[in-house]
Amino acid sequence: MTVLVDKNTRVIVQGITGHQGSFHAGEMLKFGTNIVAGTSPGKGGSKFQEKVPVVDSVAEAMAYEPDATMISVAAPFVKDAAFEAIDSGIKLVYILTEKVPFHDSMEIVHEAKLRGITVMGPNGPGITVPGECKIGIMPNQIFRQGDVAVASRSGTLTYEIVDHITRSGLGESAVIGLGGDPVVGLTYIDVLKLFEADERTKRIVLVGEIGGNNEELAAKYIKEHVKKPVVAYITGRSAPPGKRMGHAGAIIEKGVGTAESKIKAFEEAGVKVAEFPDDVPGLLK
Amino acid sequence: MQDGESLNLYEYMGKEIFRKHGIPVPEGYVVEKPADLKEYKKPVVVKSQILLGGRGKSGGIKFAKSQAELKSAAEELLGAKIRGLTVTKVLVEEMVNVKKEYYVSIALNRSERSPMLIASASGGVEIEAVPHSEIFTRKIDPLLGYSDYIGREAAKFMNLDKNLSAQFRDILAKLYKVFSEEDCELVEINPLMETAEGKIIAADAKVVMDSDSFFRHKDINVTDPEKTPLELEAQSKGYAFVELDGNIGVIANGAGLTMATLDALTLHKGKPRNFLDLGGTDNVEIVAQAFDLVLKANPKVILVNIFGGVTKGDTVANGIVEAKKRFNITKPIVVRLSGVHEEEGRKILSDAGIEAFPTMMEAIKTVVKEAGEAQ
Repeated sequence: MTVLVDKNTRVIVQGITGHQGSFHAGEMLKFGTNIVAGTSPGKGGSKFQEKVPVVDSVAEAMAYEPDATMISVAAPFVKDAAFEAIDSGIKLVYILTEKVPFHDSMEIVHEAKLRGITVMGPNGPGITVPGECKIGIMPNQIFRQGDVAVASRSGTLTYEIVDHITRSGLGESAVIGLGGDPVVGLTYIDVLKLFEADERTKRIVLVGEIGGNNEELAAKYIKEHVKKPVVAYITGRSAPPGKRMGHAGAIIEKGVGTAESKIKAFEEAGVKVAEFPDDVPGLLK
Repeated sequence: MQDGESLNLYEYMGKEIFRKHGIPVPEGYVVEKPADLKEYKKPVVVKSQILLGGRGKSGGIKFAKSQAELKSAAEELLGAKIRGLTVTKVLVEEMVNVKKEYYVSIALNRSERSPMLIASASGGVEIEAVPHSEIFTRKIDPLLGYSDYIGREAAKFMNLDKNLSAQFRDILAKLYKVFSEEDCELVEINPLMETAEGKIIAADAKVVMDSDSFFRHKDINVTDPEKTPLELEAQSKGYAFVELDGNIGVIANGAGLTMATLDALTLHKGKPRNFLDLGGTDNVEIVAQAFDLVLKANPKVILVNIFGGVTKGDTVANGIVEAKKRFNITKPIVVRLSGVHEEEGRKILSDAGIEAFPTMMEAIKTVVKEAGEAQ
């Protein structure tokens, strides 16, 4: 195992016949992900792209011994789908869907924690380990195998930074999107532990944004526990206080969680902070 | 509504929700015009319904001890501007005989991913002004929910006697139900009032709901008073859009990349006119409509910054070409296209005479220069 997933990871897609689910399942197959089954209540018995069996429930999908699931169903049905996966004992649950009520996410995340299950998202781009496995929606062509691990709260900004890393001649060992919602399954600290333990990973990039205090907590953890070099990029420096910029995570609350406070915390922890996304590769070298 | 946005309710709406869940609130009613005032019976408080802290200090709360005072208070407040906000509704409430003021709230703690109970015997002022040693905080496990042992801990910390503790814990249990059943990010009572008669009552109500939950709260129908008309129009069309005060219109995809675009513009001395996140789309019309919104903000130049994934380069390019034709755009448009279908997208744009840069920084530098030159 590399970071959370590898070539042998057996993946199911909940909602594989939906608009999003079918597109991304197709892209994941192209990447080389081992999708063993998909679910779509009422459509069991058919095949996705003439090869992946479609079943009616996760209980039926368990016959294909999945290690991970990607949930791509509409927001009102996410809690049900996640509970279905958790109750079946799937160890890695990735939720692609955006606009999930955070009260539902709280229940999902806490129930999963009790059972030792990892939740990624909601509202994040998933995980990519180049050369091994992709679960999620990151564009296939931006990656190259390498030793840089990336953790981020956003989607497209992650692609932007990964693209710069790849174009600079470096490559990635793992890229994880935590998700942009107020309540998500993974924290930076969870991911830093995985990166620190991963043999392929030699350097780490954290992409943060204003709002909350997760970056500050990550900085403290890095100072005390992380030996591999870390580079950070923080977005939202120019955001006027109190203005919402799309992510719930990106709200400046009375000076807490400002870009300045996060940059200061990282610099004090010995983390180099990039001013622009394209500065990241230079700081890694 | 956009992902993860929250909606602040007016005090009177919060109190309606409290009443529904059995939390004691003062008797009262809301009016929009003085003619609707009820006959005066006992002393009342007339409270402007605006979403601002410190309404009292800003003159937004008046007391009335006669029919004449009630009428003049309502006349004075309705239509008045308080710190830039126009008062359209007032809440008329029975006056309460105050003995002591407390504070209580339940809020989402993001890093713990759990509700947090916050309580203090020092209420009636902003909680930030209360010393930490006087504030009780406790994480609530969302799977276990609220239970009376949590209330007992809080009541002991606050030195409540037996009578007050029982009432306080009853309110806490109901407040937690409001928080969870109404999908709230924050429920706050400040002040929570102890009356001269020994009763505890919610004298104010701050309720912030999670907009993502509105599919199961169809009765909630309020527009966010903090949004501009253009922001409300964008919201109704499904765009994450924020007006800023610069002159460079911005269209990008993904909240993180859009914010990074604004940051980079600002660091290069450019001034963004707006934040517009296209989100993930493969629909040409959604791209074209985004231009309509940005044009209404009347920027000097427009920057499009796309990293294709779900949103494909050719879709965006077709949307730009369509918008340029439909809205007769003569202002400079600077485009950056990367990611999925970038080659196809750049070809479509170059055929239409629009140059597309492969990197964000080239596009940023170009648009800042053009904004400086454009008339």
